[in-house]
Amino acid sequence: MRIFIGLIAVVSLSGGFSKYSIANEYVKIPAGEFRSVIPEVDGDNLVAVAEFLVQEAPVTNAEFLRFVLHHPEWQRGRAVSLFVDDQYLSTWASPISLGPHSGPQQPVMQVSWFAANAYCEWQDARLPSWYEWEYIAAANDSMADARALPEWRQEILSWYSQLGGDQIVDVRSSPANYYRIFDTHGLIWEWVDDFNAFLVTGDNREQGGADQLQFCGAGAITMQEKENYAVLMRVAMLSALEARYTTRNLGFRCARQNEIKQ
Amino acid sequence: MRHRKRCSGFALTVTLILPLVGLSIAQSSDGNSLPPNSVYHLQVAVEDQFGEVTGLDRYKGHPVLVTMFYTSCPHVCPMLISTIRLTESKLSIEERAELRVLTISIDPEHDTPEKMRETMERHSVEASRWSMVRSEPDDLRTIAGVLGVRYKQLPDGEFNHTTRIILLNRDGTQVASTEQLGRHDAAFLEAIKTILH
Repeated sequence: MRIFIGLIAVVSLSGGFSKYSIANEYVKIPAGEFRSVIPEVDGDNLVAVAEFLVQEAPVTNAEFLRFVLHHPEWQRGRAVSLFVDDQYLSTWASPISLGPHSGPQQPVMQVSWFAANAYCEWQDARLPSWYEWEYIAAANDSMADARALPEWRQEILSWYSQLGGDQIVDVRSSPANYYRIFDTHGLIWEWVDDFNAFLVTGDNREQGGADQLQFCGAGAITMQEKENYAVLMRVAMLSALEARYTTRNLGFRCARQNEIKQ
Repeated sequence: MRHRKRCSGFALTVTLILPLVGLSIAQSSDGNSLPPNSVYHLQVAVEDQFGEVTGLDRYKGHPVLVTMFYTSCPHVCPMLISTIRLTESKLSIEERAELRVLTISIDPEHDTPEKMRETMERHSVEASRWSMVRSEPDDLRTIAGVLGVRYKQLPDGEFNHTTRIILLNRDGTQVASTEQLGRHDAAFLEAIKTILH
């Protein structure tokens, strides 16, 4: 308990007293079916998602700082390069303090898939799967699946055109969506558990030859729903990553299959 | 370190029970002696075709060719084995004796030691230098992440996966890889010989 209080003190000192205590709740998402941009089999893009829980907001710098204080092996400078690249947590002032460029309520970024995974394990959680993420990200504030609305697509696209700027705001700055989930669009990119399941080959399945030989099994995956450019951009970005990479604007949130009895 | 079942339904369908447990991205205790990018920092338990359980570093001290596939893969996976054999055939007997081959299942729920042994025997590999292993399903994405292998399970139980052969040096650091199948990759072979000499 004493350690815990000490950690709160450290986090509080690093700035931002007011919002620090907001818990990043796990929100229950009901089971359902939706049409994914990445179909499981060609010609049938209907995907079933089982009930799961997911954090309402991306993991913040303050939350990740608590983690690395508990697990020093994940501090910048200590985590081995098998698991993180040399930009890991590079915006933080030091391995154990956030500093002026990383607000406690801003999403943590510059984290690798391995680090995100380790954080979620520490939470007795896991990263969401792509389908889970895509499912919750299909919602606007009033509909579970708003992707057919032209104005919703336009809104998402305009967010993405701003992504990459210097202005990263705090999590929960935009209204929650239909599921009470914040920041699926408009703030950061997010790791998913199965980011390395994407075997995107673009449009041409007839290409054959050497490219086809890279894949074992029943052919490569093609992308559908091409009008969902914003989500396809995520797929393209994730499929270009390796698990140890960290990039600016790339963070994560955790998910669970079942509620944990406290 | 805690261990966690990522998928609650898994325990019912799988008989694999490994005595070693750990956070799936645990960093090894003897990590100080390893280069920072060594694959052997990853502490996971794997079970081979004889049911023996070791770490991923079972061939530490040798150059190792690593690849990932599954035993019921119909076409391309046998080509992975024959490509490795073809590459090996370019080595002298002494060089070959020093090299190890580790194939990791991406279908641990179905690739039992019996199936893995059957596959290894069908291809007449030297069991003293080759092994096929499976991990806990929970650890598989992490292993694939470390090796840069992409895979996806399809609804019919088949898998899509990249056919990557990775060369680890004696410390477990990746020094080369190839995705060429059916013929030997000259640069890759050269990298193997460099470690052997």
